[in-house]
Amino acid sequence: MNDKHISTQFDAELSDICTRVLEMGGIAEAQVAQSIYALIHFSGETATQVLAREEQVNQLEIVIDRDLSTIIARRQPTARDLRLLIAVSKTIANLERVGDEAARIARMVQRLLNAGVSSRMRLPVTDLQFASELAIRQLRKALDAFARLDVESALEVLKQDDQIDREFDGLLRKLITYMMEDPRTISPSIDLVFVAKAIERVGDHAKNLAEGVIYIVKGTDVRHNSLETVESMVR
Amino acid sequence: MTATITLPERAPALKAESTNLDFYYGSFKALTSVSMPLYEHNVTALIGPSGCGKSTYLRCFNRMHDLYPGNRYVGSIRLHPDGIDVLHDSVDPIEVRMRVSMVFQKPNPFPKSVFENVVYGLRVRGEKSRSFLQDKAEAALKGAALWDEVKDRLDEVAVNLSGGQQQRLCIARSLATDPEILLFDEPTSALDPIATGSIEELIGSIKDKVTILIVTHNMQQAARVSDFVAYMYLGELIEFGETRDIFMKPKRRETEDYITGRFG
Repeated sequence: MNDKHISTQFDAELSDICTRVLEMGGIAEAQVAQSIYALIHFSGETATQVLAREEQVNQLEIVIDRDLSTIIARRQPTARDLRLLIAVSKTIANLERVGDEAARIARMVQRLLNAGVSSRMRLPVTDLQFASELAIRQLRKALDAFARLDVESALEVLKQDDQIDREFDGLLRKLITYMMEDPRTISPSIDLVFVAKAIERVGDHAKNLAEGVIYIVKGTDVRHNSLETVESMVR
Repeated sequence: MTATITLPERAPALKAESTNLDFYYGSFKALTSVSMPLYEHNVTALIGPSGCGKSTYLRCFNRMHDLYPGNRYVGSIRLHPDGIDVLHDSVDPIEVRMRVSMVFQKPNPFPKSVFENVVYGLRVRGEKSRSFLQDKAEAALKGAALWDEVKDRLDEVAVNLSGGQQQRLCIARSLATDPEILLFDEPTSALDPIATGSIEELIGSIKDKVTILIVTHNMQQAARVSDFVAYMYLGELIEFGETRDIFMKPKRRETEDYITGRFG
């Protein structure tokens, strides 16, 4: 396999854009982790930091988008180069949404704090922590698969998406129980449902990223297919 | 090495096909066992690096190589529907060239008037009726999107036209004899982008009348104008498939390396 273009400048442009995507992915991942930290520790300060940093993710999306357009205009990429750039375009949109979800969680934390919720109140925040760790791991694995263009890792991400969905369903049931047992928890529990939903969405974005990796490497669009179908499409 | 040939699910009618075509310039083997279809009313582009045999292959279709001694064809190129093998000794190359016409890289109008250029092939055929020739010339010039620009200059010498107009004149000259296949050998490499655009537009508009085989070094041009693409390397066909597949996801690594600029 010949990985280098005749134009080393083109190689540099592609590698630069991939580096930026990974940078953006790293920040988005950290944002989710921070927002969950803010939730678990009821830290208003951390929540504020997350919100302040959101702009960074947004800006990166704009910068990468601009570079993408420039490469397409100047290089007229084809085949796997074109697939890479199309996937990058979708990946950064997904990462920007991950940033949004982190900000959403941070805002929920601020709301809970403003409503006087504290660690003394019995709420299943540790369950949320577990779900968020799953989602973050998924996101990291998807970014890793992108960095190494590794279809196997991407498939792993698709396989594990179910787990987050199951976790979300479990959380929902648990929160309903809390609300039934103690009506004072209704309001914060509803906020936590939104947090759980945000975590589940992060998992979905990780899945989209993984599907992008498969598209780059295999040229196959595996979206909206069952896992079994995806596996048979890829092998 | 066997070529990777991906035929479309619903294949158009076959206009021609080469089967195990070898070609020799004297003792030098320039083509090795090239087998591929040419679909009617479709544009097939031949791509590949210099010296890969794409022009050699193109020129087999109208027996252009006959003009030089020592050249030798092995295998066949059959024209459909009659199934005649254009390479067979019993077939008159002049007859072949009536059915398979060619447009070259550099516009080559004859040192005659615009009108005489267009009707040249018809005169060679023995057509004498002035009104018939006029009708044919007008139809061919309209087909080549040149009529409006030259209708008042038909008696002017053709070399006074611009490069793009000259190339369209050559296309009109080819169309005048109602060929079944039109061969283009890098038809726009001597033209500016605007003239190139009009030739590409023209290729799209005449393909419902003729089947087109085009050699181009410009990959984007192949992507823009063709329905099928054949990638050749070192005298062999490497991959043949639909243009949209070749440019998004070719099956062969060699093809992908070439079209993405990783060749070398």
